[in-house]
This record gives sequence, structure tokens and C-alpha cells, in this order.
Amino acid sequence: MVHIKRLQEDGIDNIVIIGEIDASSSIELDLTIAKSVGEKFTKIVVDCTALEYISSAGLGVFMSYIEEFRDKKINMVIFGMKEKVANTFGILGLADLLHICNTKMEAKILVNELSV
Amino acid sequence: MNYQYNIGCSLENLKGIRDFIRGSLEGQGLSDVTVNEIVLALDEMCSNLMIHAHHCNPEHILELHIEIPKKKTLVFEIIDDGKMFDINQFAEPELDNLVHEKRKGGLGIRLVKSIMDSVEYIHESNKNICRLTKKIP
Repeated sequence: MVHIKRLQEDGIDNIVIIGEIDASSSIELDLTIAKSVGEKFTKIVVDCTALEYISSAGLGVFMSYIEEFRDKKINMVIFGMKEKVANTFGILGLADLLHICNTKMEAKILVNELSV
Repeated sequence: MNYQYNIGCSLENLKGIRDFIRGSLEGQGLSDVTVNEIVLALDEMCSNLMIHAHHCNPEHILELHIEIPKKKTLVFEIIDDGKMFDINQFAEPELDNLVHEKRKGGLGIRLVKSIMDSVEYIHESNKNICRLTKKIP
């Protein structure tokens, strides 16, 4: 249903989501982000180019880390969402609470700028 | 056209529900975004019912009906015999509160109410019928 990979590059933890995130699979996203935080990464980039679907359970995972990231000065940037997935974030107004951009290059630049 | 799908209350079955809805809406000339919104709203409703009314017991069955009439108001019904879980009884949580409380739930109801034009409940012959409608262009 969902496959999540992590790749480390230039001090950035890249989380790559492939497939669909719903109430049964959101735990995998949660565990992956928790691992990244546990390993003391302060720059996290989430690649959504192969994310086909996300329900509120997955959105809730991103939301639940916002305060912890502020406290621990961790920056996370999400990129590459398909229009239908971006629309789901947009319905709830989450684009104002999360850092979202189009390409991996933009995401890397933004996560580095936010960390200065 | 009318479509029906019966499924056990396991969260593992949500994927099958989404595929059924996508298949039923094929050929209606709807955009990817609209189809995804409808799939999302029904996924949220079914997962809420599975979790809160049926405690994810796969032997409990949800019936999903889709009616696509010519007048282009799509009608969706989710029928079950569990405890009624009426989303109209729940206030939509403020986003700021969800962030502050680090809550992972509570967004689904807001999504359903934003996407669907109406959500109503009927109790009939010991069954709960949740009827959702969506006008399409």
C-alpha cells in the first residue's frame, strides 16, 4: 500500500513516499519521521512525487510534528505533490502551516535557508 | 447507474473501497481532483465507522451504495448496523488546537464537510444509513 524510503544526502534526511497513505498505513509515515527525529536530523525533506493519495490520518501525522519541530529547531519541507494530493492539503489550509514546494532542488534550498 | 460494495470493517480494506469508488466514477468526465475528493470523503467516513462504531471487527460489514443519476447529483450511502456515528454531532476542531495538542485525528470530519454538499443520517429497519450527496458539473 505504501513504501517509504529514507536517503541521507548533504546532511538532509530525504523521506520518499511511494503509494497511498490512509488510516491503515499512516503509522509507517509516523515511524519514519520519528526515526529521523531520533537520529537527530534537523533538515528533513519529504519527496511526494510518487504519493498517489493521502487521507486525514497521514495529514494528521505531519500536523502532529509541527510543535515538536519548532521546539527542536527541525525544519521539514515537502515537495513534488501531484495536483490531487496538493488539493487535499489545500482543503484544510495546511499549506499555511507546512513548508511545501514543487521540486527537490527548491526543497533543498528552502530547508537549508530555514536552518540558517 | 447503481453500484454496491460490501466490505468487512478492517482498515486494510480501505484500499478496496477506494478502488471501488474510482471504478464506479470512471467515464463520468470528472477530473482527477474531483474523483480524489469524493474518494477521500468516503474513505474518511468508512474509516471513522470502522474504528468508532465497529472497533475494526472484520466480521462487521459496511454496505456502500453509489447512485449516479442523470441529474448529476451523486448519491452515496454507507449502511451498517453498528452504533450510529453521526459526524454532524461533532464540532470541527480548530487547526491551531490540533497542532497544539499534537492530535493526529479530527481532520477527517472537516474534510468530509468541505467536500460533500450534504451528509444526513437515517435509521431504518435496525440499520443506519448515512447518505452523502455531491453535485458535479
